[in-house]
Amino acid sequence: MTQAAPLVALVGNPNAGKSALFNALTGARQKVGNYPGVTVERHSGRIALDDGRPVELVDLPGAYSLDPSSPDERVTRDVVTGRSSFERVPDAMIVVIDAANLDNHLRFALQLIALGRPVVVALNMVDLAERDGLVLDPAVLARELGVPVVPTVAVRKRGLDDLRRHLTDALGAATPAAPADLPDESLSALQRRARAIAKAAIVSETPARRWAHWLDAVALHPVVGPLLLVTILFVMFQAVFTWASVPADMIDAGFKSLEGWITAHAPDGFLRSLVTDGLIAGVGAVIVFLPQILILFLFILILEASGYMVRAAFLMDRLMATVGLSGRAFIPLLSSFACAVPGIMATRTIEDEKDRLTTILIAPLMTCSARWPVYTLIIGAMIPNTPVLPFVRLQGLVMFGLLIIGIAGAYVAALVLRRTVTKGASSGFMMEMPKYQWPRLQDIALGLWTRAVIFLKRAGTIIAATTVVLCLLLSFPKPPEGSGISPVDYSIAGRIGRGIEVVVKPIGFNRDIALALLPAMAAREVAVSAIGTVYAIDNTDGEAGQEALTDRLRGRWSLPTALAFLMWFVFAPQCISTIAVTRRETNGWKWPLFMVGYLFAAAYIMAGITYWLAVAVGL
Amino acid sequence: MASDCLATFPRRRNATVSTIDWTRLAPPEARRLRELGFDEGVEVQVLHRATLGGGPIACKIGRMTVALRRAVAASIHVSPVAG
Repeated sequence: MTQAAPLVALVGNPNAGKSALFNALTGARQKVGNYPGVTVERHSGRIALDDGRPVELVDLPGAYSLDPSSPDERVTRDVVTGRSSFERVPDAMIVVIDAANLDNHLRFALQLIALGRPVVVALNMVDLAERDGLVLDPAVLARELGVPVVPTVAVRKRGLDDLRRHLTDALGAATPAAPADLPDESLSALQRRARAIAKAAIVSETPARRWAHWLDAVALHPVVGPLLLVTILFVMFQAVFTWASVPADMIDAGFKSLEGWITAHAPDGFLRSLVTDGLIAGVGAVIVFLPQILILFLFILILEASGYMVRAAFLMDRLMATVGLSGRAFIPLLSSFACAVPGIMATRTIEDEKDRLTTILIAPLMTCSARWPVYTLIIGAMIPNTPVLPFVRLQGLVMFGLLIIGIAGAYVAALVLRRTVTKGASSGFMMEMPKYQWPRLQDIALGLWTRAVIFLKRAGTIIAATTVVLCLLLSFPKPPEGSGISPVDYSIAGRIGRGIEVVVKPIGFNRDIALALLPAMAAREVAVSAIGTVYAIDNTDGEAGQEALTDRLRGRWSLPTALAFLMWFVFAPQCISTIAVTRRETNGWKWPLFMVGYLFAAAYIMAGITYWLAVAVGL
Repeated sequence: MASDCLATFPRRRNATVSTIDWTRLAPPEARRLRELGFDEGVEVQVLHRATLGGGPIACKIGRMTVALRRAVAASIHVSPVAG
């Protein structure tokens, strides 16, 4: 008898409603972790059986069979066979099958039942099946499979009591769990058995409902479909920049008043300036972007939960195929517009290794939200907002141009990579298209909350720490009294900056930029606060300190320098988190180092070209 | 080839898979195709074809909608179902 609670694995095909069932069973009592090495998320939670015994429930990644073709599916196979090095041997399994998709889901269920562990089958989404005109007999299914079958509707919490009761019985009869061998029945034999059982269990069947077909007739239409996709993306980016302005202004005002309050109540001195100029200004400059990031994630989560994202992948496949990628890569790349870190993690669903690697390597070129503070500051200060066309102004146009340059850069990079370092046969595109469904409010809210917490943690740790360290390095040592040397030039950071300046001078960068580049490695948006800090400390005469950051930029930067700086940020891999997640996802330093190398080279060359072109045309 | 293949078969018409050229497919592709339920004798229907030039197709198999590239669809031979 072991002390630990019995382990129950929740297994099933993708799109069987497994996660919804997991959420319904565990409620808020769940933990999200990672399987080491493979970065497949491990969702687990505790539930109580009818007799009060606690059980640990683990939600395994969806799979089609016990023959894995992606890291996710490998985790599932290893756990259910009891050969995982990170998970105990499960004492029982809940096999989740979609009632409307018996043929297919029963095949995997048969494989799982053949492992010989206690199994309860959750016949999920019976309501949708019935709405689609499909009536099933769970009793026939139970007899044919030889295990209990419980009809459930996870999203409405129906059938959960039955499920728990059968699980209690199954665990009561269980012998101690041991590793099992893979069943050796061939896939086509299993499929034939699955079809026969499905046929026996179906009481009556009418063709699937028309509305889903109508939706797809529009969404996947050769002409209307792509137009709809472009419209959705346009609305998404439009919303990010318009809806966010009110909450962003409020956050900004909040930080300003906090700064004002501290300035009024704390004695003047180095510590106060560290808190106001460094910490509050630095962290505030970043947190202002929280509303934009949440709006972007809101769109992405809704697109994913509704089933539209796979349709978008379908439409994009042709275009992605021209650079040797598949439509699947579109999903992580779209997420990378919010942040490359979840984007790179989302590449796990790409089966082909070369395909996945290429997607990871180009993901940092998507204009992530950390670039917005940098772009907004520089464009706002240096580019006049003259109207170019009706409704189009120069500042917006430059912003859009940077976005497009990033996408074009990714396109070229993928083209080159797929012919050189990640050469290989073009991978296929074969995907089940999930049913359309209304996204559930709780799931979306939970997703947004998780993102917000990650973002705020980052602002509170990495960004706050970098800003404070930079502030210290910029302030010491102090130049001798009356020497007339600028305090920044005399400081440690100033000396390091002069070293970097030698390298970046040819592409038009000045000392301020050289100083900002190093701390911006921690996170791109730190560049903004770093430049602000440099000017705040450099300000030896109190009067100039009243100048806004934008005015100072106008006075000290030339237009070619500003343009080169923007171009640098399109390409430069200035983000420790991205490098770290790439290392984790590719299991080593080789690919992250390659990524950093090629992106810095591209940044240097592109910024240089921009600078010299701009100088040549006399900007 | 006398029989039609899924890549060129008319949309929204029921068809039965007559043969699949498993040898023309890469092993992982063939396996995934089997996992999605493609097999000799199964009923399929082409639902949609993406953008005019050679994009993927979406077809109905069982109660599932599956996206396939045309190259793969070309190795799935089908014959029309009467009626």
